[in-house]
Amino acid sequence: MTEITLVVKQGCETCTLIEPIMGQIAEHFKLQVICQDTPDFPKDLPVEFDASLEQSYRLRIEVVPTLIIRKDGVEASRIFGWDVAAWEALLGIQFRSDLPKFRPGCGSKTHDPGMQERLAAQFSGHLLSARRLNFENVDEIEIGFDQGWSDGLPVVPPTAERVMRMLAGTLRQPDEIIGIVPPDFAPCSIEKIAINAVLAGCRPEYLPVVIAAVEAVLEDQFCMHGLLATTYFSGPMVMVNGPISRAIGMNSGGNALGQGNRANATIGRALQLIIRNVGGGRPGGVDRAALGNPGKYTFCFSEDETNSYWESLAVEKGFSSEVSTVTVFAADGMQGLVDQKSRDPESLCRSFAAGLRVIGHPKMVQGSDAFLVVSPEHERIFRDAQWSKQQVKDRLLTLLMIPGEELIQGAGGITEGLPEKLRDAVLCKFREGGLNIVRAGGRAGLFSAIIAGWGASGSTGSVPVTRQIQS
Amino acid sequence: MELLDPTSEQMPEGRQPLPRLSKIDGAVIGLLDISKPRGNIFLDRIEVLLNEQGAITKRFRKPTFTRVAPDVLRQEIAGSCDAVLEALAD
Repeated sequence: MTEITLVVKQGCETCTLIEPIMGQIAEHFKLQVICQDTPDFPKDLPVEFDASLEQSYRLRIEVVPTLIIRKDGVEASRIFGWDVAAWEALLGIQFRSDLPKFRPGCGSKTHDPGMQERLAAQFSGHLLSARRLNFENVDEIEIGFDQGWSDGLPVVPPTAERVMRMLAGTLRQPDEIIGIVPPDFAPCSIEKIAINAVLAGCRPEYLPVVIAAVEAVLEDQFCMHGLLATTYFSGPMVMVNGPISRAIGMNSGGNALGQGNRANATIGRALQLIIRNVGGGRPGGVDRAALGNPGKYTFCFSEDETNSYWESLAVEKGFSSEVSTVTVFAADGMQGLVDQKSRDPESLCRSFAAGLRVIGHPKMVQGSDAFLVVSPEHERIFRDAQWSKQQVKDRLLTLLMIPGEELIQGAGGITEGLPEKLRDAVLCKFREGGLNIVRAGGRAGLFSAIIAGWGASGSTGSVPVTRQIQS
Repeated sequence: MELLDPTSEQMPEGRQPLPRLSKIDGAVIGLLDISKPRGNIFLDRIEVLLNEQGAITKRFRKPTFTRVAPDVLRQEIAGSCDAVLEALAD
């Protein structure tokens, strides 16, 4: 049996244009007319007024008029707008000839600004399983502080509408559990990530990056529990590679490590809020940082891959430049590195090595990993000399071989240091794989940056983790 | 306003009270008179009982019972007391 559903609105000129032929369709088929904006259109046929837009939402109507043909209860085809040839072919009816041959339709009311999220919250709310909390007579911004959801800055109230809008940023199901978040070892669903992404101020298109970042920090080798609990300064830094960083407007240029870019700011913040809210990791609780660092509010940027002479960090790790990745790193804050005089790679490497030598402590070796963020003006010096990133890294690691006599306890009048038995050893500042180089920053400025890592690296602590971002 | 819980939902809804004092002896206990009639008489008696058990008491008074305590007063109590008792009744 063939049934026809026609979705219209009176405010659409194309719908009013075809009003005269609706009766003709009803003579041939069982016709259901759904009108979005009035119970009185069309005049001469029974109308189902879709005041709540539930029917239109469930039928996924984007344009009116939309004609849906069902055979034995199953949708067989649909067309929208007015195209006389298409309608006649589909229905096998000859329509009167005084109508124009073609008219585009109008937007469905279900696609008015903000309406999709409202309808999704109303009619697909069953997809959400988070506990619903009700508040009366309170300032909506104060709720986040009162409930302990905030990192100290205002959070966006996570209404069902906002969470549904956020979830539209991923194809993954809200109830998918992606891992167990320390320190409470709480299961973390895509829905919980989306709620915290709302709190953080993310746009829906950032959500896949946030999800990948959470997955990355939950990998065992990243050691998120220890990183949270440590008295050290560090927290998770997020570095993004690949097309998504440009698609969502991340900043890899001027002020890349600074404020002012929504994607950079809110992706890093969302990760921290998930550790706080889902994992229960809070300063003064399991987070025992002696000082912490400002990056524990948010620390996220992308590598500048445009016109770079070097391959990106993700490509170094074996990913294609066509895929997008996040790399997470147990990071302290950043230390500036100024060299405005060097014009050859050897001199600049010696500057970089001198700066890298002192991270953690001038006598600390094989402890912290580091990210060296090389600005374009510094990178140009290596480009002009045709030095690859690996060559720079090799040279730095050679320059960072340090005689034990400079590192032992008491050397330089400093009690801190390595045991006396290592006096005759020569030790590299970094463990194997502990030094990473990326390119970012503004076009002007012979400044680079060192982002030192947690004093516990490698198998005793945290290893940077890179993961591909899924849509 | 209805919001979705961003936490692991391991804690019950609503704000949890702070843990009770483990002992009264030696504790600094604020006594807040909200400026309702006879609140002072009630607190005088409470103060005697607390002092007998070794508590150190400090007296505070809101300017008026019709409004919440001023920030300065709340901060003074929070900064100087281990616990506070508030006399509510007429």
